[in-house]
Amino acid sequence: MKRWLPVWVGAPRLDWVLLILLLLIMGFGLTALYSASGQDMAMVNRQAMRLGFGLVMMLIISQAPPRVLRAWTPWLYGLGVAMLFATLVLGVGRNTQRWLDLGVLRFQPSELMKLAVPMMVAWYLHSRVLPPSLKSTAVAFGILLVPTLLIYRQPDLGTALLVAASGMFTLYLAGLHWRVLFGFAGLATAAAPVLWLVMKEYQRDRVRTFLNPEADPLGHGWNIIQSKIAVGSGGLSGKGWLNGTQSNLEFIPERHTDFILAVISEEFGLIGVSLLMLTYLLVIGRGLYIASIARDTGSRLLAGALSLTLFVYVLVNGGMVSGVLPVVGVPLPLISYGGTSAVTLLAGFGMMMSIYGHRKFISQ
Amino acid sequence: MIRFKGHRAIKDEQRLFENRAWVGFVVIALCILALLGRYVWLQIFAFDSFSTRSQNNSVAVTPVVPNRGIIYDRRGRVIAENLPAYRLEIVPEKVPGKQQGLEVLLDELSSLIVLDEHDLAAFHKSRRNYRVFDSVPLKFNLSEQEVARFSVDRHRFHGVDVVPYLSRHYPYGELLTHVLGYTGRLDADDISRVDEGNYRGTRTIGKIGIEKFQEKALHGTSGFERVETNVRGRVLQVLERQDAVPGTDLVLSIDVAVQQAAWDALGDRPGSVVAIDPVDGSVIALVSKPGYDPNAFVGGISQKAYSEILSAPGRPLFNRALNGGYEPGSTLKPFVGLAGLELGVVTPETRVFSNGKFYIEGYDRPYRDWKDMGHGWVDIRSALEQSVNTYFYQLSMDLGIDRMHDYLAQFGFGSATGIDVPGEGKGLLPSREWKRATLNEPWYPGETVIAGIGQGFNVVTPLQLATAVAALVNGGTLFSPRLLYASKPAGVERAKRIRAPSELQIPIRDPQNWQTILDGMDLVVNGSRGTARKVAVDAHFRTGGKTGTAQVYQLAAGNKGNQDEVAEHLRDHAWFIAFAPVDAPRIAIAVVVEHGGGGSTAAAPVARATLDVWLDQELERELRP
Repeated sequence: MKRWLPVWVGAPRLDWVLLILLLLIMGFGLTALYSASGQDMAMVNRQAMRLGFGLVMMLIISQAPPRVLRAWTPWLYGLGVAMLFATLVLGVGRNTQRWLDLGVLRFQPSELMKLAVPMMVAWYLHSRVLPPSLKSTAVAFGILLVPTLLIYRQPDLGTALLVAASGMFTLYLAGLHWRVLFGFAGLATAAAPVLWLVMKEYQRDRVRTFLNPEADPLGHGWNIIQSKIAVGSGGLSGKGWLNGTQSNLEFIPERHTDFILAVISEEFGLIGVSLLMLTYLLVIGRGLYIASIARDTGSRLLAGALSLTLFVYVLVNGGMVSGVLPVVGVPLPLISYGGTSAVTLLAGFGMMMSIYGHRKFISQ
Repeated sequence: MIRFKGHRAIKDEQRLFENRAWVGFVVIALCILALLGRYVWLQIFAFDSFSTRSQNNSVAVTPVVPNRGIIYDRRGRVIAENLPAYRLEIVPEKVPGKQQGLEVLLDELSSLIVLDEHDLAAFHKSRRNYRVFDSVPLKFNLSEQEVARFSVDRHRFHGVDVVPYLSRHYPYGELLTHVLGYTGRLDADDISRVDEGNYRGTRTIGKIGIEKFQEKALHGTSGFERVETNVRGRVLQVLERQDAVPGTDLVLSIDVAVQQAAWDALGDRPGSVVAIDPVDGSVIALVSKPGYDPNAFVGGISQKAYSEILSAPGRPLFNRALNGGYEPGSTLKPFVGLAGLELGVVTPETRVFSNGKFYIEGYDRPYRDWKDMGHGWVDIRSALEQSVNTYFYQLSMDLGIDRMHDYLAQFGFGSATGIDVPGEGKGLLPSREWKRATLNEPWYPGETVIAGIGQGFNVVTPLQLATAVAALVNGGTLFSPRLLYASKPAGVERAKRIRAPSELQIPIRDPQNWQTILDGMDLVVNGSRGTARKVAVDAHFRTGGKTGTAQVYQLAAGNKGNQDEVAEHLRDHAWFIAFAPVDAPRIAIAVVVEHGGGGSTAAAPVARATLDVWLDQELERELRP
C-alpha cells in the first residue's frame, strides 16, 4: 500500500520535548500578539495559520532522514544563491530588494539562506577531516560569505548577520581552531570602520540613534526611548495582559513585529521575560543535546548550528528592545508577527527532529 | 579518505563537538543572563523613573487653539472674520502599511475629495513639521458634499478624520486684499519664525498684509488641556485646562465706503489710490487695482487657480499702493516750490518768463513747456496753477540737485514710510552721491532740470506721495502712516485707540511759504486756468491739488503727441494729488491711473469721488448732535 511512497515514510518520529517547548513559545506569542495588535483577532488568526503551516512543514521535514536532506542540500543552496542574484536584479519592494515575486507568493530568498547556509557548510564538512584543515575552512568560509554579501547588498543587515552567524557556528562546532576564531573576531573589529563607510545612510542613522537616542527623541530615537519606557514600566510582574499603556496607546512602533518583546516586558514584567528567555534557553539546550546524539557528522553540525543561531535571534532582538543593541530587523523567533521567519524556523526544527528521529542508539 | 576514517577519529570528533557545544551553551547562557541583567536594571532599578514616564504618556496634552482676532474697519464693519468649516487631517502613524499604505490611502481619498497636486505637495511638505503621531492637515475648507461623502466611507480610512475649525473669511474679497493680505497653511518657514509651542495646534498663519504684520496680536495665546486617557486612548477625565486667550480684535483706519468709492472710480484701469488723514496719519483708503480674492488662498489655492492669477492682466498680486514705483511728474512741483521758498532761492513774488522753451546755458537742448507758446510771466502760485515747467526748470537750476535732494528727503521721498504693513517700496530720490554709487557717473545739469519737474530718476510710490501731501498740508508733520486704528485685546471692554508711533516735524522757516504752496494747489482746482478745474464742479468742499504725468515712453522731441493716438500700454500714467477742505484739511490723497494719459482727465475724477464720500461722511458726523 505504501509502495509508491518513499521507504522512509512511516510512523511519525517526533521529539516531544522540543515540540512542547515550541508550542509553549508559540502559544505565548499568540497571546502577546492579541494584546500588541490592539486585540485584533483577525491578525492573531492570520499568524496562527502561518504557524500551523510552519508546523506542517516541520512534520513533513522531520520524517525525511538526514541523508535525504543532505542529498538536497547543494541544490537548495544553489537555488538560494541563484535567487539572491535574481532578487538583486529584479527584486520588488520599495527601496530594499528583499522580495522575489514568484507570481503566486512573494518570499524572501534571504530567509531560505538561514537554513541553506548551515546545511551547506555542514554538508561540505560532513566528508572532511575535523577539525577542518585550512583549505576546508577557506571553502566553508566562501560558502557562507557569498550569500551573506548578497543579502547585505539588498540591504538587509539583520538577515545577513543571522546567515553569517549560522555558517560561522557550523565552523565553530566543527572544531575550527580558537586561534582562527579569534582571528576572525579581531578582523571583524578592525573592519568595523570600513563597514561604517559602506553602510547606507539609514543604517548609519540607526547606529547613531543607538549610541545616543535622546539626541533625536521625536525622530529615530523615538522607538528606542518608548520601547525602554515600556520595558522599564513593566516592573517585576508587569501591568497585566492587555493593560500595557505604552503598547495600547500606540507609543511603541512596530509593536507587533520586531518590538513585540517590549509589549511582553510591559505586560508580563521581568518574570514573563525571564520565563520566555528560559524557554528559549531550553530549546537551545535541547537542540544541542539532539546534535550530540546525532548519527553522523553533518547532522551533528547542522543541529548544533541551528540551535546556536536561535540564540542570536533572541540576543539581538532582546538587546534591541532594551536599548543595548542597535535596531536591526531581527524578529523575536516564533513570536513576532510575520510568516517567513516563523516558517523558516519551524522548517529548521523539522530537520532537528529528523536528526533526533535517526539518532545513534535507535535501530531502524 | 572518509571511508577510512578510523574509529578513534570519529570518537575524537564527537568529543570535540561536545566540548564545543558545552562551551557554546555556557556562553549563550551567560549572554542571556547578561541580557536579563539589562531587563533587571530597566524593570527593577529604573522602574520608578520609567513608570513615571509611562504614566505621563497616558496623560495627553492637547493644545487649545485660540480664535483669531476679528478685524473691523474704521466704522466697525467686519472685514476679516472666522467662519466654521471642516478640514481633513491624517495621523500618518495610524495609517496601516506605512508609506505605501499612505499613498494608497491618499489615492482612495481623492475619489471622494478633490485633492490636487498642490494639496498633496503641501501635505507632504508640512508632514515634516509634525511628529508621526501628530495630526497633519490634508485639506482645508471641505465642502458639505465632501464632508458627507467622507463620513459615509469613514470606516475605510483609518487615521483620517474630519476636524471642525474656524476658517478665515474676508467678506469684502478683493477690495481689501492689498491691505489685509490673507492667512494660509502654516509651513516650515513660518514655524521657524514663531513660538512653536504657541502654534502647536494652529494650522494657518498670516501670510502677507495686515494678517502677517499683526500676526502676533491676531493669533492670541494657545491654551492646553491635560487629559488622562485609558489604555485605548479614550479620554477619562480632564485633569487641567488652560483656556486659550483669543487673538486681539483690530480696528483698521480704512473706511470701506471710501475704499469702495476709490475702487469703483478707478474702473477697470490698473492703478492705486492712497488716502491719509493728515491730522493723525491714519490711512483711510489704500487701493491697488486689480486685486484678487484672498478667500481663495485661505484653504490653500490650487496650482491652476494660482497660475491664473499670476498670468491675469494687470498683475493682481502686485501691490501698487505700497510697492508700485512711478515717476512723480508734476506732482513733485509743490515740494520743489516749497524748497525754493524755504531755502530763500525764490520769494512768492519771484517771476519767471515762460516762452515754451528753456535752455541751460551752454547747451542746445530745449526743455519744453506743455504749452508750445509758453505761459508768459508766472510766479510760484500761477506756476503751480498752470503747471509751468519753465518756472521749475529755473528754480531747480538755482537750487541745485544737492539742496533739492536734501529738502525733499524731509518729506520721506526715497525712503520707506514705515507703514504698519509689510512689503512697501522705497522709491528713489536721486542725488549726486546716489548716481556715483550706483551708476558710477557724474551728475549732469540737465538731470537737475528734469528732476525739478519730477522726471528723470525720480520714483515714488502712491503711499509715499500721499504721506508727503499729508505732511505738506498739516503743517509739516510727517507721520508713518497707520493702518491700525484701535485694538481690543480679549477681555477688554472697549477698543483702545492706537496712535502713530513716529512723527517727524519738518522745520518751518516761514509759515507763509507753506501757505503760498497750498494757495497754488488751491488754484489748480479753483483758479480760472487751473489744470484740474473740473474737480471743483458741484463740490461740497474746496479742494486743493496738483496734476501730474508719469512718462512711460519718451515721445520724439517737438512732438507732444496726442495721448489718444498712442497705444494704451505706452500711454503716460496719470497722477493727481489732492487735499480737502482747503482751510482745514481732513484728507490727503494720491491717485495714479496707469496709462490713463493726463492727470486731470483720468486721475482727478477718481480723487474727487473718493474725497466726496469721506468728507460728506465727516460733515454728517460733525453735524450730528
